[in-house]
Amino acid sequence: MADAKELKQVLTGPIISNNPIALQILGVCSALAVTAKMETAIVMTIALTAVTALSNLFISMIRNHIPSSVRIIVQMTIIASLVIVVDQVLQAYAYDVAKQLSVFVGLIITNCIVMGRAEAYAMKTPPLMSFMDGVGNGLGYGAILLSVGFVRELFGNGSLFGIEILSKISDGGWYQPNGLLLLPPSAFFLIGALIWIIRTMKPEQVEAKG
Amino acid sequence: MASNKDSFGRTLFVVIGLCFICSMFVSTAAVLLKPVQQENKLLDKQKYILEAAGLINTKEGKVEKEQILETYNKYVEAKLVDLKTGDWVEGDADTFDTEKAARTPATSFVPKNDIASVKRVANEAVVYLVRDDNQQLQTVIIPVKGYGLWSTMFAFLAVEPDLNTIRSLVYYSFTGSGETPGLGGEVQNPQWIAKWNGKKLYNDKGELAISVTKNPTVAASPYGVDALSGATLTGNGVQNSLDFWLGEEGFARFIEKARNGGLS
Repeated sequence: MADAKELKQVLTGPIISNNPIALQILGVCSALAVTAKMETAIVMTIALTAVTALSNLFISMIRNHIPSSVRIIVQMTIIASLVIVVDQVLQAYAYDVAKQLSVFVGLIITNCIVMGRAEAYAMKTPPLMSFMDGVGNGLGYGAILLSVGFVRELFGNGSLFGIEILSKISDGGWYQPNGLLLLPPSAFFLIGALIWIIRTMKPEQVEAKG
Repeated sequence: MASNKDSFGRTLFVVIGLCFICSMFVSTAAVLLKPVQQENKLLDKQKYILEAAGLINTKEGKVEKEQILETYNKYVEAKLVDLKTGDWVEGDADTFDTEKAARTPATSFVPKNDIASVKRVANEAVVYLVRDDNQQLQTVIIPVKGYGLWSTMFAFLAVEPDLNTIRSLVYYSFTGSGETPGLGGEVQNPQWIAKWNGKKLYNDKGELAISVTKNPTVAASPYGVDALSGATLTGNGVQNSLDFWLGEEGFARFIEKARNGGLS
């Protein structure tokens, strides 16, 4: 069974050293789409973390019973059910944010992080560790989303969580917001810059030149 | 145990069992959460009605639930209109489901000239009357919908009691994933919505004249609104929605009667 050190490694590893977005370049689509505001970024993070953690947990619980011929379908069924439930919960308790996230909650089903962790980790690891791995990867995804969201909302709209930080010229202040940051392509530059920073700090992440 | 897990019988058993459990799980969540979701949808609609009437401004920050309910209940009255005659009809307008009525053949009709691609129109429609503290009628809100480029767009058209001067046109809901963000989606841009304020629906001869136009001279007139660049088809959708719902198969009878004093 897992000891505390291994547990910590599984939980915190994906945040920087094995980040699903920065190192594995998975789940970039939603990272571009939902990071214009901190609020949507944090709700998306919670939704994805819940789905990854729970799907890992359930898949791991029945991993010895899943026939290998239909294992991807079984994983998809579990993931899809969880995503529908998460979507329903958001529509009930966070309606405004759910409306802004629109299709991207549903698209968690196809998020490669969820499938990737289920297939690569939960299929051969006991439930507790799988659950923690799901939480860890959700946090890693969230770390990138929130960093990107922070820059985009602060410099694109002069606010954080909808609260004004830099007063905009249009509202009589001094700050000229950068409109590019509100458009999805800006997240490309920011994620690229983050990957650059992380790989400069941890050169072992750089792929070998072939 | 693991040795025979790939047998045909086991595979079938696992898959059917899993589907059964998952469907129970999903349907339980959907049924349990439905009342809360419907409450949210209603609240969201009321928020946009107040926004169209100019009683709240959601662009300046979040409006609390209590404030929406209180303002709505104090100033807004929903009433049912028979589209064919233009008369008020009895009925609970607050719980009237226009979309459901439009889907049911017994309570709806197929428009002859379906320019807004609405397919079916409910015989009755909900009109919202907004009064001030002295019970004076301030705004009449007419729901319009029509097909844009990708989706059916739902809006509230708010007009002054003369049923000619526009206060605003607020798009509050889209089917599917909506219009293109940044192009057609700009129908929700406050700056574009502001362009409707003060425009007239009808010209001096009483003809429907309002148009979404690319012609700057028309746009500067009281009957024109500058179209959104890059969103020709969404703009056409807005135009068609207005033409349809203000036309003969829409609210024309109601508006005619209301302008001749039927509202007071």
